[in-house]
Amino acid sequence: MTTPTPSQTVGPFFGFAMPFADDSNALPPHAHDALRIEGQVLDGEGAPVSDALLEAWHGELFARSRTDEEGAFHFTVRKPAAEHRSAPYLNLTVFARGLLRHLSTRIYFPDEGDANRSDPVLQLVEPERRQTLIAQAGGDTLHFDVRLQGDGETVFFAV
Amino acid sequence: MLVKGVTEVDSDPPYLYPDYRSTVLRAPVREPVRLPEGWFHHLPGPVYGRIPVRPEDADLTRQHKGEPLGERIIITGRILDSDGRPVRDTLVEVWQANASGRYVDVSDDHPAPLDPNFTGAGRCLTDGEGHYRFVTVKPGAYPWRNQENAWRPAHVHFSLFGPTLSSRLVTQMYFPGDPLMHHDPILTSIPDPRGRELLVAKLDLEATVPEWALGYRWDIVLRGRGATPVET
Ligand SMILES: [Fe+2]
Repeated sequence: MTTPTPSQTVGPFFGFAMPFADDSNALPPHAHDALRIEGQVLDGEGAPVSDALLEAWHGELFARSRTDEEGAFHFTVRKPAAEHRSAPYLNLTVFARGLLRHLSTRIYFPDEGDANRSDPVLQLVEPERRQTLIAQAGGDTLHFDVRLQGDGETVFFAV
Repeated sequence: MLVKGVTEVDSDPPYLYPDYRSTVLRAPVREPVRLPEGWFHHLPGPVYGRIPVRPEDADLTRQHKGEPLGERIIITGRILDSDGRPVRDTLVEVWQANASGRYVDVSDDHPAPLDPNFTGAGRCLTDGEGHYRFVTVKPGAYPWRNQENAWRPAHVHFSLFGPTLSSRLVTQMYFPGDPLMHHDPILTSIPDPRGRELLVAKLDLEATVPEWALGYRWDIVLRGRGATPVET
C-alpha cells in the first residue's frame, strides 16, 4: 500500500479558478423537477464563511457553489431516487480556507419523514444531531446551513 | 483508515492546527461519524463531466495574447490509487499565483504586480496511464497575515476527483529546496515529515525541455484501492 498524498486547504484564492459556467445548476433551473437548495456556511462564532467551496452531488447530479460575502451558497438539483433501504439524499463536500481537509456530509429531505426515520446512516447519528442533516422546507426552496463548529455543529462523515 | 482489512497509512493533517489560525473557528469539534466500511467508501464519486476541459487548459502560458513573465516550467506526474495503479481519465484542476506571488483573484490584495498574460488556472484529464502534464510559470512566494512576517512557500493548488467518494483530494504542491517550507504552518500541519515530503515535487531533467522549460515531477496517490479496474 502506498501512502495517500496528504490534503491541504483550498485556501482563500480559488474563486478565479474553480467556478465554471452554470456550476451551481446540476440541472436547468426551469426543469420541471428542479429544486433549489440555499444555505449558509458558518464558523464556530456563527460568522459567515465567505471563502468556502461546496460540491453537491449524487448519481448523475453534480454542482459546485462558492460562498459569497454572507457565507451563502445555492444549488439547483433534483431529489435523487431512494436506494433500497435508504432515504433520498445528496452528498455535500465542503472546502474552505482554514479547512486543512475537506468535510463530507449529506443533505436529506424534510418531506421524507418515514424514510429518514428508517435510514441506516441517519440511525448511526445521535438522535439530537440528526436534524443538522435534514434540509428545512421554505416555500419553493430548501434551506441547509453548514455549521462547521460548536452549537448545532453539522454532522460530518469520515470517508 | 481500514480498507479491506489492510491499514492504509494516513498522513493527513488534523482539522485543528492552531498555528494555522483559520483552523481555530473552522475545525469541527465533534468526531466525524464513521460508517461501516463498504457502506459508501467505494461508491462512485461525483460525475463532474459538466466541468469544461479544453486542450489549451493544460498550458497556462498560452491563455493570453503574450507570454507570462517568470520561469517557464512543466509540472507532470502520475495519479495513482493506493495500490499504485494508475487513475485514468480523471480531472486535474490547478491554480496558482503568478511569478510575482500575486493571484488574479479579486480578494488578493498583495501589492505585487498582476501579469496581463497570466491567469494561473488550468485543467486536464489524465491519460490511459494516469499521466497529467501542465505548462506554466513558477509561482512566487507571497505574504499572508497568519503570523508576524508570514510567507507562503511557492506552491500550486491541485484538485482531484478520482473514481470514488473517498478519493476526492484538494492539496498543494511545493518546490524542492524552498526554505520557506519549514516556516509554513499549512505544510507543517502534516505531523509526519515523510507526509510533508509527499507534497514536494522533484526536479526532473527528463521532463525538462532543453533550452525551453524546467521540468518538475510530482506523483499523487489517491485514497482507496482498486481505483481503476485491472485490465488483462
Ligand atoms: Fe495559494
